[in-house]
Amino acid sequence: MNNQTIRQKLTDKFGDQLTGWEEPYGMLTFSAPKEMNLKVLQFLFDDPELKFQFLTDLTAVHYPSNPGGELAVVYHLHNLIDNVRIRFKIYTDINKPDVFSATALYQSANWMERETYDFYGVNFVGHPNLKRILNVDDMDYFPMRKEYPLEDQKRTDKDDEMFGRVPLTQ
Amino acid sequence: MSEHIKLPQGSLEKQTTTLNFGPTHPATHGVFQNIVELDGERVMDATQTVGYIHRAFEKIAERRPLYQITPLLDRMNYCSAPINDMGWHITCERLLDVKTPKRVDYLRVIIMELARISDHLICNSIVGVDSGAYTGFLYVMQYRELIYEIYEEVCGSRLTTNIGRIGGFERNFTNEAFQKLEKFLREWPVVLREFENLFTRNRIFMERTIGVGPIAAERALNYGFTGPNLRAAGVDYDVRVHTPYSSYEDFIFTIPVGKTGDCYDRFLVRNQEMWQSVNIIEQAYKKVQEFKGKDAEVFHADVPEYYLPDKKDVYTKMEALIYHFKIIMGEIEMPAGEIYSAVEGANGELGFYLISDGGRAPYRLHFRRPCFIYYQAYTELIKGGMLSDAVITMSSLNIIAGEMDA
Repeated sequence: MNNQTIRQKLTDKFGDQLTGWEEPYGMLTFSAPKEMNLKVLQFLFDDPELKFQFLTDLTAVHYPSNPGGELAVVYHLHNLIDNVRIRFKIYTDINKPDVFSATALYQSANWMERETYDFYGVNFVGHPNLKRILNVDDMDYFPMRKEYPLEDQKRTDKDDEMFGRVPLTQ
Repeated sequence: MSEHIKLPQGSLEKQTTTLNFGPTHPATHGVFQNIVELDGERVMDATQTVGYIHRAFEKIAERRPLYQITPLLDRMNYCSAPINDMGWHITCERLLDVKTPKRVDYLRVIIMELARISDHLICNSIVGVDSGAYTGFLYVMQYRELIYEIYEEVCGSRLTTNIGRIGGFERNFTNEAFQKLEKFLREWPVVLREFENLFTRNRIFMERTIGVGPIAAERALNYGFTGPNLRAAGVDYDVRVHTPYSSYEDFIFTIPVGKTGDCYDRFLVRNQEMWQSVNIIEQAYKKVQEFKGKDAEVFHADVPEYYLPDKKDVYTKMEALIYHFKIIMGEIEMPAGEIYSAVEGANGELGFYLISDGGRAPYRLHFRRPCFIYYQAYTELIKGGMLSDAVITMSSLNIIAGEMDA
């Protein structure tokens, strides 16, 4: 089984709803409309040839310059029998980041989805316990989004000698 | 008086005991909390709280040039920091399409397998400690010390090593490093044999671990287990074999697998892996010795844009001075791309998902931390067992708080 046959099987099943076919560094990558994510994952899981039954990684990426699809949720799937990996993405609007949860399919998605929610605010619909995992519970923002840049290395408004950087202008 | 004490609703009628286990507890071997619901000594339910040492590495990495991310990774699984470092260098090399010389690959294999041994021996001896056998833990410690001395010879530091650079090592291995490695290869198998004799057929140890915290292969896969914990359940998945990196395909070794996925099998799998690591190191050392003359001085690939030039060249050569300045100031622009690259960490598949938009720092960097993913199975593993079994299960899963929280 190679990338071509996987692509062929997926196109046979879902037609042109799957887009963004790429192969960066040899890993087949594609995306689907976000309402379809569970259908695609279930098909990849159940199909007797594809057998993508191992969820390696689940995370999100923030693209502020992509209006209507600012948040990308990225699944890395692995077929352990034929040893093939693929990457599957869905894009969601940051103002309505509702995505179906994959926890029914993969137990491992539980904490990974909580982590993704914690850092990007992706609302996984159907998750049994969607709350923050690494950050404090009463945090009211999603810190990995690009609108929260890290501290500017050149900022000069800090004058706390014990903790802050001493201003260069002194 | 009773109006001052507010009890949670239903707590007087409740028949079970709630126990806060952690965040700082000698038996958790790390900073994380378990809230355990007990009926007598039997565990009815458990809830995990993690994130006590979350340090936002993924966010920090978005502002750093590639070589400054390595020290962050040391602080993930600090029991085997070199594997994290090497995994990161390999990811960067794949992104930059750098081909490393064979000698570098073999030297890396030596360091990575040493790290695997040091990680596994800590985990296995801690399982011993938690079942009441302190001797093994104290006994093997001097060999972890020897491994740390080898790191020290190679890179100058011991625990958080920051070992290696993109393209290879910062300097060649000294003769002393090789002598220490020879000493290790000579003495460690004897000690490992003795360590095994202490535990493997020890009646008390067997009764404390056999059938404790088992998991079936199917459940383990569904929970995202990788590494020794998955292999103990009977799945022979190992990144070193499935997606070889750093010339692992040149070595002959076997992947030990267990059957039941309980604490005893996890212990045995880790022990066997230590033997396999010794075997790999011996092969790699033999291969390294075959390089003679000029070939024996190769310790990095030719990547001037990412590999710091020799200091004496910086003072005498224009090119070297320019690259030195650009690297230190983080002014090298990396190619745009998206890559997932994994290595076999001591706990399982340690993956790096790196997205570059062609800037000087990663656009997004995500770590697939094996601990974080398989720790969610902990409740299922301990439910119905005794509280003391929960402690052994935790240590035999080898949960490292630094890796879990990143």
